[in-house]
Amino acid sequence: MRYVDEYRDADVCRRYAAAITARATRAWRIMEVCGGQTHSIVRFGIDALLPPGLELLHGPGCPVCVTPLEMIDRALAIAAKPGVIFCSFGDMLRVPGTRSDLFCAKSEGADVRIVYSPLDALEIARQNQGREVVFFGVGFETTAPANAMAVREARRRGICNFSMLVSHVLVPPALSAILSSPRCRVDAFLAAGHVCTVMGMDEYRPIAARHRTPIVVTGFEPADLLQGIHMCVVQLEEGRAEVENQYARSARPEGNREAMRVVAEVFRVVPRKWRGIGDIPESGLGLRPEYAQHDAEALFNVGTISTEEPSVCISGLVLQGIEKPSACPAFGTRCTPETPLGATMVSSEGACAAYYRYRRTGS
Amino acid sequence: MCLGVPGRILDVREGDLRYGHVAFGGVVRDVCLEYVPEAGEGDWVIVHVGFAISRIDEAEAARVFSYLEEIGDLGELGRRPDGRTA
Repeated sequence: MRYVDEYRDADVCRRYAAAITARATRAWRIMEVCGGQTHSIVRFGIDALLPPGLELLHGPGCPVCVTPLEMIDRALAIAAKPGVIFCSFGDMLRVPGTRSDLFCAKSEGADVRIVYSPLDALEIARQNQGREVVFFGVGFETTAPANAMAVREARRRGICNFSMLVSHVLVPPALSAILSSPRCRVDAFLAAGHVCTVMGMDEYRPIAARHRTPIVVTGFEPADLLQGIHMCVVQLEEGRAEVENQYARSARPEGNREAMRVVAEVFRVVPRKWRGIGDIPESGLGLRPEYAQHDAEALFNVGTISTEEPSVCISGLVLQGIEKPSACPAFGTRCTPETPLGATMVSSEGACAAYYRYRRTGS
Repeated sequence: MCLGVPGRILDVREGDLRYGHVAFGGVVRDVCLEYVPEAGEGDWVIVHVGFAISRIDEAEAARVFSYLEEIGDLGELGRRPDGRTA
């Protein structure tokens, strides 16, 4: 496939790996932010091509993984209400809540449907006027334009039985939080190419400057990742800390202005809790008050939700690059993709699931 | 959900929202093109959850390989005398 296969060329990747080895004079730790990048790194064995001492840390960029437990429990409570059609991207269905997940809810009779796009959920609402259709609006900056458009269209077309349970998260505040942690191990970031395709790169420059940390906006194929790593190593070796763009075929410095305009029209920045990490100020998106009639959290009273995480799961440390999946005593034994304890084992973008799928060991 | 996939626009329908059919290898899907007003038939776009979020810049796409030539003196360190990669 064009724009895929050529970036997986083995010779190109080996030449990049050789260039990285030639350039790195000391140990560096580079964090890839996006779960899609983690998946690609583990699937193609990118980390095995790197010189000893150059370590890749897996970041928090898996929206399924960081959706807070209470939001999963809230989704389950809404899905269980009579007359509700609960729509979601497929990868949210196996994420464990405190006592259940959306797949179990579906098997117990709740009308839970997997959709490819939020506009599909809007169409379900249009066709089911007597039912309440709720879409689980999760994700980073990449899914926000799609979700914003669905809500905007619902209002414009007067589809009153469509609402969204919003749990959106933003990447730059998470990078700041990781860099500000006393346990931070990150020397440089590979920023997520598609997040920057939407939101641009302006927010990253002050972070790179304040924390003296190079940030290279990077794509998802092996050659992209290796070029991004090379660009990070060059900056680190030269003592620079700038924002550079490896993924210029898609990501422009100013982002996608049309998408940003609709996101800003529908959403506002709110504080958000990240599963496994905790509260991060100004790290999420919620619906603006003008769209309250489409806000599922306000429309459905589900009472008080008390949550409980499995004590053995270390997904929070994995998400911050502090531990690898191997450090977890439950990896591959009590915790597998079939019976996950934490969200990092559920999503195909989660680090634990990627290690399990391609390596069967945590190391 | 966060996977962005490159595809080629086969046709464009203007309406309340701009839509088009996009081919991903052998699979064709209806995609919202509202966020890529500059993209038309034949262009390649990155698609996320049913929305195109960027038009792929062909010249920039080749940079991944030309950059390798620019740093070629370093890349050559990994090559064996027979020209194959070590």
